[in-house]
Order: sequence, then structure tokens, then C-alpha cells
Amino acid sequence: MVKRVGIIGIGTTGFRSITPDVSFRELIFEAARKAYTDAGIEPSEVDGFVTAAEDFIEGYSIADEYCPDQIGAVLKPTHTVPGDFIQALASGYMMIMTGMFKTVAIEAHSKASNIKNIDEVLGFALDPVYNRPLRETPHAIAGLEMTRYMFETCTSSEQCAKVVVKNKGNAMRNPYAAFGADITERDVMNSEPISLPLHRLDIAPHADGAVVTVLADGDTALALTDTPIWIEGLGWCTDTPTLEMRDWGEAAYARLAAEMAYKMAGIADPAGMIDFAEICDEYSFKELQHMEALKLCRPGEAAHLLESGATSFTGRLPINVSGGALGVGHLFEASGAHKILELVEQLRGHAGARQIPDVNIGLAQVWRGVPTATGAVAILSNM
Amino acid sequence: MGMRKVAIVGAGITKFVRRAQETGKELSWQASKMALDSCGITLDDVDMVTLGTAPDAFDGVHMKGEYLADGAGAYRKPYMRHYVGGGTGVFSPIHGWMHVASGMADICLVVAEEKMSSCQPHPAGAFLTIFDHTTEQPLKPTLIWIFALEMNRYMQTYGISKADIARVSVKNKHNALDHPSAQVAEDITVEDVLNSETLCWPVNRLDISPASDGAAAVVLASERVARRLTDKPIWIDGVGMSIDTAYWGTRDLSYPRYVETAARMAYDMAGIKEPAKEIHIAEPYDPFDYKELHHMEGLLLCPRGEAARLTAEGYTARDGNLPICPSGGALGVGNPIAATGLMKVIEIFLQLRGEAGKRQVPGKPTCGLAQAWGDLMQMGTVIVLRS
Repeated sequence: MVKRVGIIGIGTTGFRSITPDVSFRELIFEAARKAYTDAGIEPSEVDGFVTAAEDFIEGYSIADEYCPDQIGAVLKPTHTVPGDFIQALASGYMMIMTGMFKTVAIEAHSKASNIKNIDEVLGFALDPVYNRPLRETPHAIAGLEMTRYMFETCTSSEQCAKVVVKNKGNAMRNPYAAFGADITERDVMNSEPISLPLHRLDIAPHADGAVVTVLADGDTALALTDTPIWIEGLGWCTDTPTLEMRDWGEAAYARLAAEMAYKMAGIADPAGMIDFAEICDEYSFKELQHMEALKLCRPGEAAHLLESGATSFTGRLPINVSGGALGVGHLFEASGAHKILELVEQLRGHAGARQIPDVNIGLAQVWRGVPTATGAVAILSNM
Repeated sequence: MGMRKVAIVGAGITKFVRRAQETGKELSWQASKMALDSCGITLDDVDMVTLGTAPDAFDGVHMKGEYLADGAGAYRKPYMRHYVGGGTGVFSPIHGWMHVASGMADICLVVAEEKMSSCQPHPAGAFLTIFDHTTEQPLKPTLIWIFALEMNRYMQTYGISKADIARVSVKNKHNALDHPSAQVAEDITVEDVLNSETLCWPVNRLDISPASDGAAAVVLASERVARRLTDKPIWIDGVGMSIDTAYWGTRDLSYPRYVETAARMAYDMAGIKEPAKEIHIAEPYDPFDYKELHHMEGLLLCPRGEAARLTAEGYTARDGNLPICPSGGALGVGNPIAATGLMKVIEIFLQLRGEAGKRQVPGKPTCGLAQAWGDLMQMGTVIVLRS
């Protein structure tokens, strides 16, 4: 029986606002080549592959057709998860745990700059009967959710703006990040209103890039590397997709996914045991809402924790030291990929200027964006 | 090796129709409810859910897996969508197998849905954007064109005639007369196929399966739970999948090597040395009639180029030595893509249980396989089941 699964290699292109010089296949190739080099294996030695992609974002029907060549998966067991990278990671984890596969590579990418009409594409995710005729934009739904969250937790727009200041500031230390900036709370509040209380700077701009990572069962991982990063916990969950039915204040999908991951990892006291976290901040308030759902603080306390500096780079529980989606860029299906990348670099001690000292357990959490209520959590350790 | 055994313990399938009144969510739930009821459990017993459905362009819904979640019974559960194009339906129980064999779940609900009719004016339009936007789309290919190329190549390589191939359509549409979900079951002749409208030579209208709406679902369980739920668990003994290069123009289209790779993986896992003898019954994917023959060869169920002769001799009929597509297949039951693959798995499940009713093949089969194929003629998925 396989006991553990470890990450033995990871590679990325980094993230940029536009990538006119390369195709999505070239982006993926670069990340894959780096990942296999990092793991010290040839693609021919990889037993299985999982990719994460959504058709409408790719601009292809059956987009999974185009996954095999650039990751070395030709004539290999390969499948696509139209979901986040962390869900694909869970699928790859399960492949290894069956005992049939020793090594599995996971791929996700974003070529968002190729999309001309991204809000309209996202509009197609709305229920075609009940919601689409209302012509809501995704940001309008996020604005409503932000209002509800702020009401239930007595959080202000200014407090949400502080998330943007922190994360864009963190991104200044991250060479992969596309949107690092030294801004103030006032800059956020003065940026144009998109769907109040959301301002333009409350919303993560999208970026391009690719990440590939290689997983291996415990024995193989220890044979190939001295520093495997272990997958200790995984959780994923879908709340109702029906807008009218869901709880708008609380991120139930994140709470349930976290409970699953904590149980698997044997973590009874998340706030005490997690050293640092990369959590979804596609909209500024989401970081606060997710902190509460992940039980890193009690409901209503996230903003205070932020203001106390506890979640800053030098704080007790650093959150989004990479810069998060606000600083790195929103990567669609690869959102979880950049969070896993950050966890691996931090846990290996390779994070350079943004290295947090003495970290052993990290948490990555992701949400699939409006209008979904789907999220996933991964807990990694270097012990 | 201590691999966890996984069984199919329940199954459900909706009617396959050209235009369903129900939404995709409703179709998914109909199939899921039937599958749960068939093994006497409720959603509360389900640990995890996985859903298979092919291009979002059919339903016209971005992130279709998210949209279908509550219909598939995934409310507040660990839920994932998996996707390998046309091969999705047979991959669905393979993904479910991963959930259970890995120890992550004891009971996994596997749902496959397709509602093609939402795509107007015709679902074939969803396939216009499957081609490479730089090297292929400027040529304005359609799905049928590339299959015409493949069918022609297959015919030329082995000297097979259109009439040889048409027999598959005749056989499957006849078999489907006994399937309660069937959409296009009928008794036709080889001449009917040859005289039907030519869409893109050598493909005629009756060489092709229809566009359909429908859903199917199965319940998978770990060994301990399966034995508690049923006296007749059907075990997943082999799984295989393989994807070939996206550059389909560089491949020899006369032989589906990706199907062979997937089949060998499944046979190795199931300990099958001589598939032609050890497999008693098979449901290869038949969206086009020549594909059934093509896939029989890729699955190593007969030598290359021999499948047409075996079909003509009745070897693949429901009462033949090796019944192929006794359900009626995509050509007879209909082809709601992901749901078709799972329908084929369900057919093997019912046949191995001896519960296929009028479709039951003689000789009490104990080992069967289902196979699907997809993407740019590049994906093979194979599952081997035993009673």
C-alpha cells in the first residue's frame, strides 16, 4: 500500500500580464521541462498525467486534445480535470494512491491574454434559464457577495482595501509576480467603482503562465530527492451552483474542503499548526472570508488580524506572501498551481527575498471564481 | 499487491432522445437517482461524486461541471469533473475507480451527462472549434470530414467495402430494438445504409450515430461496502487510458494505436493474456460504424483487417462467439457522448449480472470490456469488468 505522496519537482514560466511571444503550448513546454529537470527524471519515466483546463477559457472545444505533446504524455495515461489545479492534484494523488502509478505529472496554465471578451465568457457560466437573462456580470455577483460578507462580519471596504495593499506589496518581493505595486488604501478606494463596494483594484487582474509539478509515491520520492514536499491533506468541495440557494456571507465550500483536508492531515488546531497560507484573493474580501472559512481565525476576526499585521510577511501567520492573485495575477485553472508553487518554494527554503524563516506546514486554498461555489485545499509539509 | 478492489453495485440510465425537455441538471439527477435506488442507498451514503461530460459548447455553459453539480448529487460533497473528449464516458468509472481504489472514498457516485440539443442549429457546430486554430481551422474542417478521411484510410488499407462496414450499423440498430433507452433502433438493411444521403464520402447518414440528450450513472463501492450492498458486485479488474499526439495528420489513421496502448494497460492489470479468448463480450465505441471494427482491432479482439469479415460471419452478433455492442451501441441506442460511454459500461454490468433481459447474451459471460474513444481521434479508454 502506498502511504504517502510527495512533490518531487515543480517548474513554472512565471506570470506575466501578456505573453505575445509564446503560444500556450510553448508556455506549458517551458514549465514541463523545468519540472522534469527539477525532479531529475525524463518525461518518459512519468507514469501518468493530469491537466486542468476549461474549454471556454482555452478557446477550443475538447481542449484536452492539445495537452499531450508538450508535456511528454503521448501514448500515456492522461486525463483532464476541468477544474482547478488543486483538484487535478487531488486526481493525481488518487492515481498514485491506487498503487498503479509511481509518478504523475500535473499541469495547468493560463493564456488569459488571448481572450478578447473575458466577462462575456464568464457570463456563460451563469444558469442559462434563471440567471443569464438578467445579464449580470461576474463582478456584480462578487459585489453582492462582498456586501453580504461585510454586513455579517462588520467589515469595511477600507479594511478590504488593506488586503490589496498587503498583497501587491508582497508581490514586489516575488520575481514571478506580474502586478506587484507600492500602493495605499486610498489608491484602492479611489480606483473606479466596478460594482460597489468593489473597486477596480479590489479585483485581481488576469495573468498568463504555466506550472507543472511531478508527484511520486513515498519510496520513489525518497529515492529521487532529499527534499520531497509531502501532500499531507487534500480537500475539495462544491456548494450549490444555484445563486438563489447559497449562503452568501460564509464560504461554505472552503470550510468543508478545509475540514476534509485537516482531517486527512490530522490537524486539530489549524491556526496553531499552519505556518503560512496561500489563499484565494481573487477579490480582496475573499482573502478575509476564506481565512474565516479555513478556521485560521474566528468569523468576523479576519480584518482585525490583517490590521494587526499578523498576516503580513513578518507576521505570526503570513498570508499570500507570494502576492496572491492580486499581486501575481488571476490564473483561472492555474490559480491553485501558483499557490502550490509558492508552498513548495517556501518549504524547500528556496523563496529568496520572500522566504519566511522556519516553516514546516503550509496551506493552499483556491476558489473557482464567480459564479461557482467550488473550492479546494491542499496542505503540504517538508517533514 | 494490496490494491483495493472496486465494484460497480448500481446503475441508472435515462432515455436517449434527440431533444430532451429536461435540463442537463434534471437528466443528471434522473440517472443518479436510478443508480442510487438500484442499490438501495441515498445521497447521504455517497462519499464523493465525479462527473463526466464532453464539450461545454453543447450545453453552451461555461464550466458545465459546476453548473451540473447539484443535479449530479454533489451538493456540499467532494466533487470533480473529468474530461477526455469522446472517451469521457468510459473514463468516468475509471475516475470513480481512482476515488475508491485510492482509499479516499468508500462509495463514489459516477455520473455522465450530455445535452447536445441545446447547441443550435446543430450540435455538430460544437466541433468546429476542436481544430488547431493556426494549421487546421483555416481549412474549415468539420468532424465528419476527418472521420471520412479515417474511414477511407481504413477501407483502403485492408480492402474493406462500404457494405462490409454498413453491416455494423444494421446489427447495432437491430440490437437496440431491445434497449429501453434507445433513440434510433430499427430494422434496416445494408442497402438502406448505402442509399442514405452521403454526407462526406465515404460516410453516409446511417453510418453515423445521432445527436442525443441523455445521462447515465453508476455507483462504485469498495469491496467491504460492495458485499454489504449487493450479492452480485461486478468488479473493475482492469482500467486503461492513453492519449496520442494532437498532430493527427502525422499518424497512420488505419489503426488506433492509442486504443491498443490503453487496452494493454487494462489487460495487464486484469491479468489477461489472450484478450480474444478471455473477453466474452465487448462494447467498443461505435459513433461511426467503421469505428466498431477499428476498435475491435485496436482492442486485440481480432487480427488487423479481420473485423469486417467476423461481422459478416455473425461472430459479433448477440448470439455469436464474441457479442459486440449487444446494447445497440451509439448507432442504435443513441450518442449523448459521455453518457454513451457509461451506457456501454452499464450494458456490460447488466450482462455479467445476467440482468440484461431481452438483450442477454447466451453462455453466461463472466468477463467483458467497454471502450470509448475521443479527442482528435487520439484518446482511448478501456475498462475490464468481471463478475
